[in-house]
Amino acid sequence: MSCMQTIADYGLRSIGIGERLLPTTDFTLCQQFTLIGSGMIWNIYFGVFALAAGFLLATVVALGKASNNVWLRKPADWFIFLFRGSPLFIQFFFAYFLFLNLRSSIEFFEPFTVAWLGATIVLFLNTSAYAGEIFYGALQSIPKGESEAADAYGFSGISKFRKITWPTMMRLAWPAYTNEAIFLFHATTLVFFSGFPAWRQQGDALYYASYFADKTFNPFVPYPILAGYFIVLTLIVITLFGVINGRLNRHLPKESRPKIRYRPKILR
Amino acid sequence: MFEYCANPDTLSGLSWLSCYLTTGKHLSFYYSFGTVLILLAITAPVALAFGFGGAAMARSKATPARWFGKTYIAIVRGVPDIAFFMFFVIALDQGFEYLRHQVSCPDWDQPIRQGNDFIVCSAAKLPLSTSPQWVHEIYGFFLAVLTFAIVFGAFAANVIFGAMNAVPRAQIETAGAYGMTRRQTFWRIIVPQMWVYALPGLSNLWMVLIKATPLLFLLGVEDIVYWARELGGTKHQRFTDYPHGDWRMWYFLVLLVFYLGSTKVSEVVLDRLMRRLSRGQATAGGEALRRSAA
Repeated sequence: MSCMQTIADYGLRSIGIGERLLPTTDFTLCQQFTLIGSGMIWNIYFGVFALAAGFLLATVVALGKASNNVWLRKPADWFIFLFRGSPLFIQFFFAYFLFLNLRSSIEFFEPFTVAWLGATIVLFLNTSAYAGEIFYGALQSIPKGESEAADAYGFSGISKFRKITWPTMMRLAWPAYTNEAIFLFHATTLVFFSGFPAWRQQGDALYYASYFADKTFNPFVPYPILAGYFIVLTLIVITLFGVINGRLNRHLPKESRPKIRYRPKILR
Repeated sequence: MFEYCANPDTLSGLSWLSCYLTTGKHLSFYYSFGTVLILLAITAPVALAFGFGGAAMARSKATPARWFGKTYIAIVRGVPDIAFFMFFVIALDQGFEYLRHQVSCPDWDQPIRQGNDFIVCSAAKLPLSTSPQWVHEIYGFFLAVLTFAIVFGAFAANVIFGAMNAVPRAQIETAGAYGMTRRQTFWRIIVPQMWVYALPGLSNLWMVLIKATPLLFLLGVEDIVYWARELGGTKHQRFTDYPHGDWRMWYFLVLLVFYLGSTKVSEVVLDRLMRRLSRGQATAGGEALRRSAA
């Protein structure tokens, strides 16, 4: 079987298109590259949706935590503590079983027990908490002068937040937020190892990598392939976020723009 | 456990619960919390030692050692760490078996990798197939500890390397001016002073380590996640004295609370430690302590 044929068969296997049966014997390098790459679709899907939705909630959470009102601050504090203080792995398990219980009484929760929705929701809440803490930190370190200047120009309320506070907050938080995005993508590998079952062997990249490692009893091929894919993904994220970082800081002279430094923070 | 538990069918309410929560399997569940704590207690110092070694090597003047140290620090970046956990457990296992194979069966002529199999002579098997169950469990646990130590050692090395570089330059130059050798400077000036710079990073790492412990489950150790799934699942009348529905949600809620509690306790303890270490240091934290005392 040629490699092109393998790609045609397994390229979209992770979303259920193509050959039904996974290869079981005589694994070729091409098969491993194709299937693990096919699994990356899920990692990107989880990461992109959770990040996009989490960005909005994170802003709200950060504002809530910075608020003077106890009724806004305490829930935001607890939300951040709950999701940052416990392992994502356990959060996945808990959410899955919670959704299972809810499903048995309410029909509406049927799709929540499947990874595409359930895991995305957990990741969304999780990244909101982490990013909320980052945004909160940035909000606290907004230079006092900028806020005073805004007052002097007659900005207030929403327009002050939208035109002055929020852009500066983003500018300050962006390098840290880039790291958060990278680690969110890494965290997506946990989905199919926790409660959420892989339906018809449609899993993410790590799912297929460990499938090959189990079948061949040779970890030295599939995991480096997976690592390669993730390094590429990390580089893409850094590039994209770097472009946004450049735009956020376009008013600054080039050499004083904050650089995005990749700092490993690992598991959550 | 209790005497009134002899006939579970007649029980109800709290007494049922007290019997249910003290079955043999539940005791194993409670012990597995101990497993997690033991893992933490062993891994943290070992990983710290690995990290210290890695950082010291990355600073070394000898080129091979420096390269090794830098590679070790760089190794875990850019890749999901869970991939490393999955990888190292198999790789270490095969590595050990391969080494023992080379030593104990020199006249073995077949290749070790035959297609999809990894075959070593039976004397090199780890653990030996004749050894009792507890040896298998200990060996699995040992592999898990080593994997955790390697992965977290790399992160600790990164933190410690940064902390060693953060020790003020003037301190090192002064040491040189007093005629200390490189080695003396390292042990007497850098190492005692670096901890205050390393502690924020290391405390972060400790939190991460706590939160990484459920991955033991993926490494095949019977840890709290394993037992929570096992005990929480629906139990039928036929197989158990204590039938119940799907309670896994509640078991995982307990785990969630356990981890939140550990995080909170660690936060408090590490804050105290930071205050203690900041005393008399030329840092913002040390300055704040000095001011508040004055």
